[in-house]
Amino acid sequence: MTVPARTLFDKLWDAHVVHRRDDGATLLWVDRHLVHEGAHHAFRKLDARGLPVAAPELTTAVVDHYAPTRDRRAGGATPAIRGMIETLTANAHRHGIRLIGLNDRRQGIVHVVGPEQGLTLPGLLITCGDSHTSTHGAFGAFAFGIGATEVAHVLASQTIWQVKPKRMRITVDGALPPGTTAKDMALSWIARLGADGARGHAIEYAGSAVRALSMDGRMTLCNLSIEGGARCGLIAPDDTTIDYVAGRPLAPRGPAWDQALAAWADLVSDAAAVFDRDIGLDAADVAPTVTWGTSPDQALPITATLPGADAPESARAALDYMGLSPGRPIAGTPVDQVFIGSCTNARIEDLRAAAAILAGRKAAVGGLVSPGSMLVKQQAEEEGLDRIFIEAGLDWVASGCSMCVGMNGDLVPPGHRCASTTNRNFRGRQGPGARTHLMSPAMVAAAALTGALTDVRPLLAERGAR
Amino acid sequence: MSGWRRHRGRAVGLPLEGIDTDQLIPARFMSAPRADGYGRFLLHDLRVDPNGTPLPDFPLNRQPDASVLVVRRNFGGGSSREAAVYALQDFGIRAVIGSSFGDIFAGNAINNGLLPAQVSDAAATALLDALGDGTADVAIDLENGTIVLAGMTVTFTLDPVRRTKLINGWDDIDLTASLAEEIRAFRGRDATARPWAVPDAGPGAT
Repeated sequence: MTVPARTLFDKLWDAHVVHRRDDGATLLWVDRHLVHEGAHHAFRKLDARGLPVAAPELTTAVVDHYAPTRDRRAGGATPAIRGMIETLTANAHRHGIRLIGLNDRRQGIVHVVGPEQGLTLPGLLITCGDSHTSTHGAFGAFAFGIGATEVAHVLASQTIWQVKPKRMRITVDGALPPGTTAKDMALSWIARLGADGARGHAIEYAGSAVRALSMDGRMTLCNLSIEGGARCGLIAPDDTTIDYVAGRPLAPRGPAWDQALAAWADLVSDAAAVFDRDIGLDAADVAPTVTWGTSPDQALPITATLPGADAPESARAALDYMGLSPGRPIAGTPVDQVFIGSCTNARIEDLRAAAAILAGRKAAVGGLVSPGSMLVKQQAEEEGLDRIFIEAGLDWVASGCSMCVGMNGDLVPPGHRCASTTNRNFRGRQGPGARTHLMSPAMVAAAALTGALTDVRPLLAERGAR
Repeated sequence: MSGWRRHRGRAVGLPLEGIDTDQLIPARFMSAPRADGYGRFLLHDLRVDPNGTPLPDFPLNRQPDASVLVVRRNFGGGSSREAAVYALQDFGIRAVIGSSFGDIFAGNAINNGLLPAQVSDAAATALLDALGDGTADVAIDLENGTIVLAGMTVTFTLDPVRRTKLINGWDDIDLTASLAEEIRAFRGRDATARPWAVPDAGPGAT
């Protein structure tokens, strides 16, 4: 009997099946469960049943959503915010869960901290009560966001029920043009397929342009999978992955490392494997991309013009919320502020890319730079990047979800336009009435410098010529 | 959670696409305990003006007794916040009818007894047209997968696993507890097969 060809996703799925019901519902083993302050509902459900955490050693609590980015001595901006952080801390202590708390030097955004600490590995199944858990798929892990009831279930059993998603492959071949990044690649496919274009699918990213990405870039690409509606995004592990993981504090060592390498070598889609959907993109077609509306699929190259007055009602409503006139060029739209941060684009390479544009210059508008973790912050400071941002006139602050979601009090004021490295341009996402344009870190730096949405490529060429 | 097979109530239309979970409940309300009720947060920034006054023309303000919401494409995309479901439920909503739903939202809805009823784009438009600015009696039958509204009978799709769960009001933690032996067996096998898959696997790890 021949073994049927399997996709990478099939292999990850099969390795975690504990029980399969006749109707297809499948109980899967969870290798890593990450929790943050939002888990308070789930811990309360657990307490109501008097249940312990089934596998505290596989559970890690990280303070990120409500983490203050300025003064940490008070423990949070308001009593409610402090309470959220204190509740997570207390729940972690009570259940014997590994805690990366507010004042831990490793603190940061859970999707930056997991990979950084070596918790995230190829071949694992990872859950977290946060939709951007898809980030960890960059390592060849099956990683997805879950709701509070499911968080309680994972805490109680270290397993999760799933119905198997369909398999989709997005292949990006060729070389990304100068001035474009994984962020532009992601916004390009989402703009093409729609914000629900990958609904019900597990995406595998493949192709030479994906292989050429660093781990930081791969994490950006997989992070945004959810913005196209996918269950998860993943990339087969290779030498780039292994080089990143090797020696991380919680990564396997010694004989376990050798066993891991042997197991990871098989984490690739078989040549004959069939995908339910197969999409191809030419990397050469990717341009610096910005969102103009209130959904991540409302994105266009910076050189494009906004949809016209004949656009569908939803597009016109988005333009209206965004305070933009139909048919105008996107470039030149004035911005009020910038934000460099979030699980999407606040790793060290993101900060370097923004700093390269800003070095030695003054920004025309203010803004916030919040590194993805305190260790990223420390590394950036060792490289002198903090000085570049501060001298440009931006605020260099501590790590957390910060202005991506505004839960800690870092908000964009009503009506203000923010060029942002984040993942969602939803109405009110960065604060009531806030107007968000998503783009790459270098593009945000260009917007900061000029005070308007700007094509970064001429600035890059200028910098390169110096 | 108690299961249900049929629901009769009033339907109201919210003819928007892409109502994401940040709109269903803005993040700033999510530190509140559930016991206080989440209904007042539902669609807050669309439904309530900056001074906190409900907008009289907003559909759910015109018809606060509605138990069924009819929407367009991609309802509940974005954040995994289950609070979006709590807000709908605490407002009194038992079912949302639309042409597509965010994946995590739909799972959260089922886990709380709320039906995400997926219909075709054409059916959603027909139902919204029939409702206009008003309301109508609606009858939903989970077993048959039908919605009867304003003389129309529309079928909806729902994964059979989810349908069964909704009808039976199953609680996953209870279901899984009955599989404790299988979970233990998996864990035992896995410890041998994937010794590297637990953190701190090697000497010197902290």
